[in-house]
Amino acid sequence: MNVTTRGEAGGDDAGVRLDRVTFSYGPDMSMQFDCSARAGAITAVMGPSGSGKSTLLNLVAGFETPSTGRILVGGRDVTALAPAERPVSMVFQENNLFAHLTVADNVGLGISPGLKLSAADRESVALSLARTGLAGKESRLPRELSGGERQRVALARVLVRNRPVLLLDEPFASLGPALRDEMLDLVAGLEAERGLTVLMVTHQPEDARRIAGDVLFLEDGRVTARGTAADFFGGAGPEAFLRYMGEAYETDRSRGIARKPT
Amino acid sequence: MTAASSARSRDWRAIAGAAALAAVAFLVGGAFFGLLHEGAPSDLAAAFDDYMLRVARFTLWQAGLSTLLSILPAIAVARALSRHPSFPGRAWLLRLFAVPLGLPAIVAALGLLAFYGRAGFAADVIDAAGGGTWPGIYGLTGILVAHAFFNLPLATRLFLEALDTVPADHWRLASQLGMRPAATFRLVEWPVLRAALPGTAGLVFMLCVTSFTLVLTLGGGPGATTLEVAIYQALRFDFDPPRAVVLTLLQVALTAAVVVALSRFGMAVTGEAAIAVSRRRYLGVGRAEAFANGLIILLAAVFVLAPMAATVVSGLAADLGRLAGEASVRRAVATSLVLSGLSAFVAVPLSLSLVAARRGIQLRRRAVRPGPYERLLDAGPSLVLVVPPIVIGAGWFLLLRRGIDVFAAAPVMVVAVNAVMAMPFAVRAIRPAYDAASERHERLCAGLGIHGWNRFRLVDWPVLRRPLATGLAFAMALSLGDLGVIALFGSDAVQTLPYLVYQRMGSYRTADAAGLALLLGALCLSLMLAADRLGRTPE
Repeated sequence: MNVTTRGEAGGDDAGVRLDRVTFSYGPDMSMQFDCSARAGAITAVMGPSGSGKSTLLNLVAGFETPSTGRILVGGRDVTALAPAERPVSMVFQENNLFAHLTVADNVGLGISPGLKLSAADRESVALSLARTGLAGKESRLPRELSGGERQRVALARVLVRNRPVLLLDEPFASLGPALRDEMLDLVAGLEAERGLTVLMVTHQPEDARRIAGDVLFLEDGRVTARGTAADFFGGAGPEAFLRYMGEAYETDRSRGIARKPT
Repeated sequence: MTAASSARSRDWRAIAGAAALAAVAFLVGGAFFGLLHEGAPSDLAAAFDDYMLRVARFTLWQAGLSTLLSILPAIAVARALSRHPSFPGRAWLLRLFAVPLGLPAIVAALGLLAFYGRAGFAADVIDAAGGGTWPGIYGLTGILVAHAFFNLPLATRLFLEALDTVPADHWRLASQLGMRPAATFRLVEWPVLRAALPGTAGLVFMLCVTSFTLVLTLGGGPGATTLEVAIYQALRFDFDPPRAVVLTLLQVALTAAVVVALSRFGMAVTGEAAIAVSRRRYLGVGRAEAFANGLIILLAAVFVLAPMAATVVSGLAADLGRLAGEASVRRAVATSLVLSGLSAFVAVPLSLSLVAARRGIQLRRRAVRPGPYERLLDAGPSLVLVVPPIVIGAGWFLLLRRGIDVFAAAPVMVVAVNAVMAMPFAVRAIRPAYDAASERHERLCAGLGIHGWNRFRLVDWPVLRRPLATGLAFAMALSLGDLGVIALFGSDAVQTLPYLVYQRMGSYRTADAAGLALLLGALCLSLMLAADRLGRTPE
């Protein structure tokens, strides 16, 4: 993977860097991040529950403010910027859409937060919806869509917002395996077209293996390992990661029994 | 757009919340200033005469008895209803049990008199059965029956809600193990009922300690007077301000003590139950038990329904045409609608401000436990219930009489006090929707830069307009039926509908009172119905 050309293809070197960032939810839950994600690449953020994966993304997005340290995107300090002003879009696990607004309006909000859209804006909304496979569903309400389609709407909004960094906080976790792969391929396609820098939280090793170039491994609010996906999944990953993978597979197997609906 | 602009939009919530709290504090604080400014009598010990002790004792005594008479039958009724989750008319019955909550006390009092009174519908039956002459239900009996009429259905709904929390598996298990009714009660039903008991009993006791209208209309003479009624009498009849001050302080001390005692049990302040209409119970109920349960449910239904039916029958028997033509009636209806509407339009924005401010602070804190300001915003509206409307009214009455004609202040006082009294209920209607919407939308709005007017127009209003309308209708209904503040401040110049009903009662124009009560009841129930309809989610 050639980092430099990818960055240039995006028109802007939008690598993400957390520079000695500390953050705490309380005395027992302090976190410390000092790491970076390559511009124009997909980085999988992995680690056990409560290790700080979502917090890391929330810090980059601006939903949480660091106690100390800086957050840089493309070399520019964004720590003091409000979430909407950062060169970042985030897709959550759920609640990406306003339930009372149509698909087109939900995407249009990415262009104008007051929904004042010109004809050209509407055109680009329609184009993004077509790109994410939702042509013709402009006037549907979110509840009339499937779970996968709702996340496609969120991705269509990412396209119209046109921000160089995309943060994915397990947006496909509740989808079935085939659908998840389809969505991951869509993300990989968008990343390639736009030269996006993608940070993707996931619990599923196969997700990371499918599209990620790099892996950040978190434990206890710290990044304890980093490297290429090839190394991590080729068995050359750190011992903690292998232990986590074992646990993850274990949980996977027992989940069928433990989660039986009562 | 800068970081500061989004910080400002958060601050907007905090400022609105602080302003709402300040408004409530001004109203309550002004009342206390009035009381303290008036000054207690120099010899406080002498002020606590026998009469006052008797009144205080009676206040607690009737509240305790009322609580017992409401709670114990309610347990039986709730259990019976829970054992039979799907008989025809069950949903209808539960809706009937919600009606007293929206019925103005003065309307219920007239209904009870029309049914149980000396010349009531039941009197003939009782006379024939008992041989003697039915004395009617004035005095302690009347107060107890009235309190049970209001609180038995309320407690039933709360207990039923508790019983609904028993997991379906427990019912399955109980029936698989072949538990008999007694064992089911002891092992499955009683544990959840016991958990709900202190909160429910506390709420009922509190409502009975601060009950004004029912005691005023049904209580008889000094033998059956509570502190609130005594305050009213001290101001309106004896005009004895020092006595009113002592009584008021006594009432506040009493309610505060009760609330402190009850807050340990997590009192359900606004008494609202969310009951699943029907659920499978996997229970085999024997024939004898089914019969007993049916009887219990029937008795409870008659007890609640009869006074309402009596209200309608005696109301319709009144000369409604003549009443509608009377200028005083028309003026009272107009006054009531305007004042209660204004009151609702004050209560809802204040409540929304508190809800938004609390949520804003909750979002900003990282600590797991809420700070004191957040807790104040949380509990603020409920704390108002500690200070009954009569107490606030009395304080301002004493304060204002030095400067202006108190009776000219009636509209302002009625609007302000009723608005604040309706706030706990409006908050109840708005907060769940606001918090749920915020939970879903907060990060999304921040990420997309939707704030200020855009956020209100595109995000908050579509989601909140129904809960806001619910709060509005509920607040208006409460305010419309209230006889507390207007009893103090009412005069020939400013009369509301409840005040007019009370006046006609007082001058023994019972038929007129019944007709007007029917009108008042219909107005309040339509508003409550609207609130209920709006409160249900459209999807």
